[in-house]
Amino acid sequence: MYRYDTIDRTLVNERVAQYRDQLARHLRGELSEDEFRPLRLQNGLYIQRYAPMLRVAIPYGLLSATQLRTLAHIAREYDRGYAHFTTRQNIQYNWPRLEDTADILADLASVEMHAIQTSGNCVRNITADEFAGIAPDELVDPRPLAEIMRQWSTFHPEFAFLPRKFKIAVNGAVEDRAATAFHDIGLTVLRKVGGELGVSVLVGGGMGRTPIIGHVIRDFLPFRHALTYVEAILRVYNRHGRRDNIYKARIKILVKALGPDEFARQVEVEWQHVKDGPGTLTLEELERVSAYFPLPGYESLPDVDATHERLLAEGAAFARWVGRSVRGHRTPGYRAVVLSLKKTGVAPGDATAAQMDRVADWSERFGFDEIRVSHEQNLILSDVRVSDLHTLWEEARVAGLATPNIGLLTDIIACPGGDFCSLANAKSIPIAEAIQRRFDDLDYLHDIGELNINISGCMNSCGHHHAGHIGILGVDKDGEEWYQVSVGGADGSRAGRGRSAIGKVIGPSFKAEAMPDVISTLIDTYLDVREDGERFIDSVERLGHAPFKARVYATETKAVALDA
Amino acid sequence: MPEIIRGRTVMPDDWQVLRPDATAPLAAGELPAGKVIVPLAPWLASAESFVARGDVAVWLAGTDEPGQIAPWLGRLPLVAVDFPRFTDGRGYSIAYLLRSRFGWRGELRAIGDVLPDQLFYMHRVGFDAFAVRPDRSLATALEALHAFSDAYQGSWDQAAPAFRRKARAWPESPGQDSIRLRQQA
Repeated sequence: MYRYDTIDRTLVNERVAQYRDQLARHLRGELSEDEFRPLRLQNGLYIQRYAPMLRVAIPYGLLSATQLRTLAHIAREYDRGYAHFTTRQNIQYNWPRLEDTADILADLASVEMHAIQTSGNCVRNITADEFAGIAPDELVDPRPLAEIMRQWSTFHPEFAFLPRKFKIAVNGAVEDRAATAFHDIGLTVLRKVGGELGVSVLVGGGMGRTPIIGHVIRDFLPFRHALTYVEAILRVYNRHGRRDNIYKARIKILVKALGPDEFARQVEVEWQHVKDGPGTLTLEELERVSAYFPLPGYESLPDVDATHERLLAEGAAFARWVGRSVRGHRTPGYRAVVLSLKKTGVAPGDATAAQMDRVADWSERFGFDEIRVSHEQNLILSDVRVSDLHTLWEEARVAGLATPNIGLLTDIIACPGGDFCSLANAKSIPIAEAIQRRFDDLDYLHDIGELNINISGCMNSCGHHHAGHIGILGVDKDGEEWYQVSVGGADGSRAGRGRSAIGKVIGPSFKAEAMPDVISTLIDTYLDVREDGERFIDSVERLGHAPFKARVYATETKAVALDA
Repeated sequence: MPEIIRGRTVMPDDWQVLRPDATAPLAAGELPAGKVIVPLAPWLASAESFVARGDVAVWLAGTDEPGQIAPWLGRLPLVAVDFPRFTDGRGYSIAYLLRSRFGWRGELRAIGDVLPDQLFYMHRVGFDAFAVRPDRSLATALEALHAFSDAYQGSWDQAAPAFRRKARAWPESPGQDSIRLRQQA
């Protein structure tokens, strides 16, 4: 993985010093809350419902064992012994003391981590495919470009006060596991026939109040132009994006207002001025950064392991876990393992310090010191030998990290919601838990099959509800918490057969206590109508949302549905 | 007299920023005596006479097109860019364009809601004068100019990104760690 050199280390250390001084001035009363806010936000610090919240960047979701142990240490030392992995591959601490935040940043810097630009109206943490470098369907490893983009966007002097936040995702595989279509900029690294390396550029996607699938404005841009072209996009947005209305300030609104063609034309005009300038990427730089992502020292192994096959045949529980949690790998004899952070009774995406330590240990014993964070809020061990899977499973079960539900209904994506977040209209975690309890029968869960339920506590969509096969959105009505349900969303991954789609609201909202019944009715409807091999999302696509809507509102007599 | 940071020094400043209704034309004769910085629209309306006077400068708002003053850039005493709120970042792009695209080499002054913690970025995009808000410490602002000793990406102050300026060697061959680990296992 990427390692800091003198420049990286200097900048991150200077950032800690800068923040320490800003915090001190704020605590002395020299920086008002209004003035401190944008500064602390660009260091990941929110002031939440009960306490500050610190969001730490995990660039493109990649961690070493040492880094994960440090995250555990921070949870133990400065927080309440746990933390929350987010849909943007970050980690959040819910209970740090404001006074400690500079020390936490210093601890992070000591292991080449930071919280830079994890919030605020700037370029946020760059996300990427969590299976980068190991996925069998990968065309080009997206991590070098993601790291190059991380450096380019870090402290970019011109783009630190954009109209609104700005999210960039990079994918390099056939399957889009980075939800690129829902990003301000979605980059797909690819190779032309003949081998030329380049990117396709999508702009103006996003969730929030106005969910939009982005538009590809460049099918193929030679790799050396990636930074200057993105610079041109940012400059057009910084100058012309709306600043009069926070809800209309994202780039997607500008792209929509101008039309993608006109937006692309303006970018092209701007780009002509910077194209081939000093910002042009060099082959040397690409090679330098790429060298940080070498193939680890894989052993030459057979892809089939006899003992493993026997254990699979003998143990239904093991086989069930393997079926859900173990993913293909491009190196024979190795697999990627998804550790579920979706055990019933635990907030989706939460991990304790002890669990983080265990995962760090496993990454060394069963891999090459590497852990990934997925946007589905699970952890991944990237290089596990097939022959180690059973041992890992046994230990993961003890640690509460082997729930065999990856990709299934109970693998719920959820934001922290009203239990923590001051923006939330409604709670997310208790809704997730109530649904998980309703579907705790494993046979039933596996029979229902692949299904994404995504829950957001407000329109900001941190729980990606628009992209959920079933999306749940917390809304506030006269001070009460209600939940709006949509079906048919898809994040661009294989789970939705590669489609990116925005879920359609089925009708008026429900009270919290009705939600498990509503989900049950949706599932019953699906089980009645499904054809051979059809998953929930396939049935919705084939039949539309009408039959689901009809049955829910016919059945839900208990749910007092208000007008949406 | 008010003070300003110019270059990296605090000095007295006798320029006065005029903030009338930007749509109402302003004749040369209506200007107050002394050095004044006027908004773009009225400045454009009397550009030739203002330029001839020599003590009338122009300030740009976030919505202004910097290219509009390009024909006069050789004869302007200074150009200012306004920050209506410090969170409004349009001025950074305007400054960058004035420097890199339109070749402005004279004083480029940040005015309006200019706070110490903005100065490092402002300096990078091309500002060399900072009319820091009067209720803020100029000493803090001067320090903030030096918040970082290096930068990844190019901008006006340094067009070449780090990868073109430095041989960026790695601290340790990264592949070695994992190979060593595997061998130990």
